[in-house]
Amino acid sequence: MSDAAASLREPWPDLDRQREGVSVGIWLFIVSEMLFFGALFLGYAVYRTLYPEAFRIAGAETAVSYGSVNLLLLLTSSVTMTIAVDASRQARRRTAIICLALTMLLGAAFLIFKGLEYSLDIAKGLFPGADFPLQPPQTQLFWALYWVMTGVHAIHLAIGVGIVGVFAWVLWRRVLPIESPAIVGVATYWHFVDTVWIILFPLLYLVNRS
Amino acid sequence: MSNSVGHHVNIWLRPTTVWVALVLLGLANLGSAYLPLNALPLNLVIAAIMVILLWLLLMDLIGSAALIRLIAVAGLVWLSFMFALTFSDYLSRACEAQGGDRPAALCVDRKINWGAF
Repeated sequence: MSDAAASLREPWPDLDRQREGVSVGIWLFIVSEMLFFGALFLGYAVYRTLYPEAFRIAGAETAVSYGSVNLLLLLTSSVTMTIAVDASRQARRRTAIICLALTMLLGAAFLIFKGLEYSLDIAKGLFPGADFPLQPPQTQLFWALYWVMTGVHAIHLAIGVGIVGVFAWVLWRRVLPIESPAIVGVATYWHFVDTVWIILFPLLYLVNRS
Repeated sequence: MSNSVGHHVNIWLRPTTVWVALVLLGLANLGSAYLPLNALPLNLVIAAIMVILLWLLLMDLIGSAALIRLIAVAGLVWLSFMFALTFSDYLSRACEAQGGDRPAALCVDRKINWGAF
C-alpha cells in the first residue's frame, strides 16, 4: 500500500478532501481561541484607553530585546512548519521530519528566552502586588495583563512544542504515514500561536520607546 | 489546504520569501516605535499586515476551500462585535461614570435626559 493510500481514512474519498476536513476542524477550534485571546486584547484595550499615562509608564519597562528575539524565532518557526507541511504533501520524508524538529527547537528556544525574560522581570519586582515599584497604581493593570497574556501564550506554545515533537517522532518511527493530513492541523495551530505573538509584540514591547 | 504544492514544486521559495517580508515588517515595527510619534496605530497596522501575510500565505488561506475562509472571517467578525459592543459602552459613558485618567476632552460629558426614555 502506498503512503498516500495508507493516510486515507473513512469517509473521505481522497486525501485532499481529508485535509480539508482536518482544516475545518482545526479552524473551528482556532476561532474559539481567537475569542479567548480576543477577550484579553479587549481588556488591554479598555484599560489602555482609560489609563493611557499609566500604560505608557508601565510599558517602558518590558524587555524589548527578548520580545524582538522571540518574534524572530516564532516567525522562523512558522516558515519551517510551512516547509514541513509542503514536504509532507510531496512525501519528502526527511525534509518534513527535519523541518518539524527545527520548528520544535525554535519553539523551545522561545520558551527558554521567555523564562530568562521572566526572571529579569521578577528581579525588577514587576509582579503586581504590595511592593510594586511603579506609580501610579494602574501600572499594575498593564503588568497583570502582561503576565496573563504572555503566560497563556507560553502555555499554548509549550503544548505546540509537545505536539510537534510527538508528531515528528511518530513520522520518524513510521507510526503515521508521511502524507498524513494531521500535519495540517498541527501547522495551523502553530501558526495561530505565532499570530498571537505578532499582536502581543506591539502591545507589550513597543510602548513608550521614543 | 490547497493543491498548490504538487510534485516538482519548489517548497522553499514561497515560505522563505514570506519570511523575509515578515522579518522586514517586524524590524519596521520595532524601528517605528523609536520614532517621535504616537506609533501605536502604525505598530498595530504593521502587525495586522504581518498577520494577513501569515494567514494567507503560510496558513494558506488564499488557497483554501471557501468554507475554511468563511470560518476564519466569521471568527474575525465575532471578535469585532465583541470590541464594538464593549467600546460602545465605555466610550459613551459620561465623564464621571467612565473612571480612568483619560483627558476630559475625550469623554462624553453631557446630561442625559432620562425622562425622555
